[in-house]
Amino acid sequence: MSDITKKPRFTHGTIERNAFILLVLALIAISIGGIVEIIPLFTIETTVEHVKGVRPYAPLELVGRNIYVREGCYLCHSQQIRSLRDEVERYGHFSLAAESMYDHPFQWGSKRIGPDLARVGGKYSNDWHYQHLQNPQALVPESLMPRYAFLATRPIQIDNIADHLRTNVIVGVPYTSEDIAHAQDDLLAQATPGADVTGLMQRYPKANLVPGNGRTPTELDALIAYLQVLGTMVDFADPSTENLQQ
Amino acid sequence: MSDAVLHGATLPARLPRVDYNEAVVRKFMIAAMFWAVVAFCVGCYLAAEMSWPAFNLGYEFTNFGRLRPVHTSAAIFAFGGSMLFGTAMYVVQRTCRARLFGGSALADFIFWGYQFFIVMAALSYVMGFSKSREYAEPEWHLDLWLTLIWVLFAVVFIGTLIKRAEPHIYVANWFYLAFILTVAVLHLGNNLTVPVSFWGAKSYALFSGTQDAMIQWWYGHNAVGFFLTAGFLGMMYYFIPKAANRPVYSYRLSIFHFWSLIFLYIWAGPHHLEYTALPDWTQTLGMAFSIMLWMPSWGGMINGLMTLSGAWDKLRTDPGLRFSVTAVGFYGMSTFEGPVMSIRPVNALSHYTDWGIGHVHSGSLGWVAFISFGALYYLIPVLWGRERMYSVKLISWHYWIATLGIVFYITSMWVAGIMEGLMWRAYDSQGFLQYSFIESIAAVHPFLVIRLVGGLCFLTGALLMAFNMIMTIIGPRPALNAMPQAAFVAGE
Repeated sequence: MSDITKKPRFTHGTIERNAFILLVLALIAISIGGIVEIIPLFTIETTVEHVKGVRPYAPLELVGRNIYVREGCYLCHSQQIRSLRDEVERYGHFSLAAESMYDHPFQWGSKRIGPDLARVGGKYSNDWHYQHLQNPQALVPESLMPRYAFLATRPIQIDNIADHLRTNVIVGVPYTSEDIAHAQDDLLAQATPGADVTGLMQRYPKANLVPGNGRTPTELDALIAYLQVLGTMVDFADPSTENLQQ
Repeated sequence: MSDAVLHGATLPARLPRVDYNEAVVRKFMIAAMFWAVVAFCVGCYLAAEMSWPAFNLGYEFTNFGRLRPVHTSAAIFAFGGSMLFGTAMYVVQRTCRARLFGGSALADFIFWGYQFFIVMAALSYVMGFSKSREYAEPEWHLDLWLTLIWVLFAVVFIGTLIKRAEPHIYVANWFYLAFILTVAVLHLGNNLTVPVSFWGAKSYALFSGTQDAMIQWWYGHNAVGFFLTAGFLGMMYYFIPKAANRPVYSYRLSIFHFWSLIFLYIWAGPHHLEYTALPDWTQTLGMAFSIMLWMPSWGGMINGLMTLSGAWDKLRTDPGLRFSVTAVGFYGMSTFEGPVMSIRPVNALSHYTDWGIGHVHSGSLGWVAFISFGALYYLIPVLWGRERMYSVKLISWHYWIATLGIVFYITSMWVAGIMEGLMWRAYDSQGFLQYSFIESIAAVHPFLVIRLVGGLCFLTGALLMAFNMIMTIIGPRPALNAMPQAAFVAGE
């Protein structure tokens, strides 16, 4: 360095001598990538193409979803069918962005110790799920899944369901004031045999009725109601653009 | 140019002694050792659950889904975090020749506040509170607490940088600073949720679906990039030159790889979401930047390894340094494997399989844990005023058992992961999918057991280390005049 007679005004030495400059330049360096990749996802309209049939979760399904989140199901089950031939043949039509547009948070997962669940709805009967969740190895001997028998004995909390819907409205889920007013009735109707479900089915088409046996719905009832709606909202019988686009 | 970082060379031989705050560093090192053992124990238990599901016991508290975040948080935030807090506070004082800014009460508050966060987070997972965001599971009230602790940590670190007696900020501190800054940004961006009630833990994520997935993996991948990489590179840039008694190999390379690493890493998140409903342009950007990231990563590896030039013989006599150097080797290996796995056709095979788990562990066991062990073996005698560790032979044992454990772990996961990927896409001669999903799970069982053996090896090594650490600390102090003279490296 001794042969340099004229000192340059700004060198890396300048940055190294000033914690503030270092901090600001580092902040700029780490901000660009995130800004470029994330902000357009909110502004480009085709990121989530609206699709016929996708609706907010029914109250019982929402409770079930919260149990799914709580128990960490996403750690072994993905909910994202990739656009690869074998995945589409194994699990069904690849996942559309719109299908998780009301998922706060998303549950795409990162590892499959069990199969993908994006379209598990309707694949097995309610009875199968009741048995399988309580003792997976009884139905699938090689399964690595833990037993969730404790869910069958635990009644769900019903009185604050409207608060949960309201919070979802804040984050952008289009529950109407009517949905919120009927939240508790809809929740009970979905798990009570013989209950009047016309309102429920109108608000939440394709909701799966689980046999609650007249008692307070359990966490297992709620979880199965959630599993049975996964991937069933969109009708893929005719997957043409005209049929799917809302 | 490479000696420019050796600020010490231009300084007078006798400097006024600075009264460094080493008490807080000692606390963090003890915590790190404790949490390392906890994290490895839980990891082994989870590996046993995946080998024999009866280990789940059927209780909600012991099921895989609730214990897994305990393992990841204990490994990353409790063990890794305590190492980062402790070494950052040590390195910034030494390389700035200034006592920690803010006083010892503040430093202690940061220590206890962070440990409180860790314990509460672990308890909350097993009790069923989780945001389900990988590596950011704690609910909103704990996130707020962590934010407070993090801001205080940043204040202490930057405050010490500002009051430094050295003209230059040493390269290790650039990395620590980038780590503190970026993790703050990531933590705030990824944890935006709306609580259902002020009195309850449950909250709903502000974003949903595709955007939420992108934000989570912007966070998730950069938790790797800045928590587990940049922070630990800071550790590498101090402890390797220190233990080898050599200056950092290239000053130019450290500038180049610092700026390119922090700029490029942020882009790599979408490689966790290839072939998903995330738009293709984002996936392609993520893949392209992941491949570019290979270069600055290897820049760091080269700078770390070449620092050993002329001091390679020390590997024979200093098994602690052996950990640090092997760590840099694993860093190079996993930062090569990562870009390969981000290439779309490779990702189609590797994603969702155990290959990903193996990749993570070659980074976390091979790089993060080994560079930490190297730093600990250096620091323990220094912090407690001992001549050396209680047993150098035990360090050697630890090294070989742990290395063997990593080899078992990553090779079994390679085999398992590639096997799963191939079985899921296999077609029979009739054109049907050849295997059911459960057949792939049954097929990998032996490899999951080998992985458990690898994990147990690694845990055994850590227990040897904990024993060695305890014996060193409770052992006798050497006479004062027998204390080794600290070498004059890295700005001290």
